[in-house]
Amino acid sequence: MKKSSEKIIEKLLLSSALFTILTTLLIIAILLFETVKFFSEISIIDFFTDTEWTPLFDDKHFGILPLLSGTFLTSMVATLIALPVGLVIAIYLNEYSGNKFRKTIKPLLELLAAVPTVIYGFFALVIVTPFLQQFIPGLAGFSSLSAGIVMGIMIIPYVSSLSEDALFAVPKSLREASYGMGATKFQTVFKVTLPAASSGVIVAVILAISRAIGETMIVAIAAGQQPRLTLNPLVPVETITAYIVQVSLGDVPRESLEYTTIFAAGITLFIFTLILNNISFWLRNKFREKYD
Amino acid sequence: MTEILSKKKKKKKKNKTSVEKSVKSNFIISTESLNAYYSETQALFDINIQIPKLAVTAFIGPSGCGKSTLLRVFNRMNDYIDGFKTEGKVLVDDTDIYAKNIDTETLRKNVGMVFQKPNPFPKSIYENVAFGLKIQGINDKSFIEHRIEESLKQVALWGEVKDKMKKNAYGLSGGQQQRLCIARTLAVEPSVVLMDEPTSALDPISTGRIEELLFELRNNYSIVIVTHNMQQAARISDKTAFFWLGKIVEYNDTKKIFTNPKNKQTENYISGHFG
Repeated sequence: MKKSSEKIIEKLLLSSALFTILTTLLIIAILLFETVKFFSEISIIDFFTDTEWTPLFDDKHFGILPLLSGTFLTSMVATLIALPVGLVIAIYLNEYSGNKFRKTIKPLLELLAAVPTVIYGFFALVIVTPFLQQFIPGLAGFSSLSAGIVMGIMIIPYVSSLSEDALFAVPKSLREASYGMGATKFQTVFKVTLPAASSGVIVAVILAISRAIGETMIVAIAAGQQPRLTLNPLVPVETITAYIVQVSLGDVPRESLEYTTIFAAGITLFIFTLILNNISFWLRNKFREKYD
Repeated sequence: MTEILSKKKKKKKKNKTSVEKSVKSNFIISTESLNAYYSETQALFDINIQIPKLAVTAFIGPSGCGKSTLLRVFNRMNDYIDGFKTEGKVLVDDTDIYAKNIDTETLRKNVGMVFQKPNPFPKSIYENVAFGLKIQGINDKSFIEHRIEESLKQVALWGEVKDKMKKNAYGLSGGQQQRLCIARTLAVEPSVVLMDEPTSALDPISTGRIEELLFELRNNYSIVIVTHNMQQAARISDKTAFFWLGKIVEYNDTKKIFTNPKNKQTENYISGHFG
């Protein structure tokens, strides 16, 4: 027989779990509800094919592509920075450095992810951009290049930490097999350990990209607010997240069509990050089975 | 580095001419008052052993008595363990392998190793066997393919895998994987093959096949095998060393060890009274 106080505690714990799930479901429901409202007025085909996004102007266009390209471009720059740097850090920490060094440096690296993103954004705008402008004459004051670089620095710990876990999970027996055949450390890392950990590294990169896509503050501050369908990293763009900030903070009246655009943009973002998270989840399960 | 290689070549030639054989030592590995330590714990005490060429030498004894430690001294695999150190001399092909100028990569090409659990790389069968050649910078495709075929034939695996060379090695059975690992080791033509309980993770049929294989391999390779299976040592080895608490208690021809052990402890162990 359970005591009644135990039962109450159990119910409390259950209800807090349910509350979390309920909140998530409500968010999705509201997103969907407002999105349906938006698409009752704007054709979904225009939404995905129109190359202009000007809901706040007189000549209104509702093509999400410019926002997607801005998001894509900043995330790509961030990945190009974070992937090589993060991977090199992971390899160094797991294969070369001593245990003591790793234990000291890993939490320090993870601090990078703890810096408030508004500081990163500010840093991109007032330090990175002027610095880069000395070498790249065409670089605008706002650009996906500097926002992406800084975002890349921010997501380095995501790549390095998770990649390091993946490298760590490679059985010692594989390294021994490689050393036992006369392979050098470098050969062992690049021909055995890294390929064996590749799915884990991919998971790390996907999660980092997903984080970059959802990142708001840095791009809102440093990438600009000009929706533009371009792959040029030197000009101002606008990401989905930055647009949502712009409208939420602006004087757009609620219940208007302009206002519902942020829900349509939001759900697009949500679907993208959901897909990426699912791919990494699926990969992670696959990778877990591998050594069993 | 080249010293070991050139000696290896000399040795290969010598195998055929017994006249020359008597000129140089008949031992592929010998140790002189070898002590080994894991940090403060001494694992091997004053080991003096001479491993014959082109024969199978078995190390037997209870767990944790230093058999694997000594085996891993022979190719310096213990280098990767923090705090491991040795004293004394270890000669492989008359070269002191713990001397300062020794290149461990070259040593390990000459002294191959097969591990307790089959550990193929998560790559194709082809890539597994080609690995040792490729890391040496050999790119000649026909040579690599020739070596792969030859090595797989040596371990009697060629017939079973020749049509699925591009398939992942993880698809093979445990016994096949272990034979693949042996083939992978043989592909680089070492003169010594160290085997650390190579059949302990296998079923009796696979074990039998590997034991048959050892009979063949001893014609071309010097083999040192650690085993917990006394019958196995008796069946396959020419010489047997009995280990107890980090010391070699008795080392002799396998026949003598198993029929007429000189030491009481050896007798107790092989008759199953302890261990």
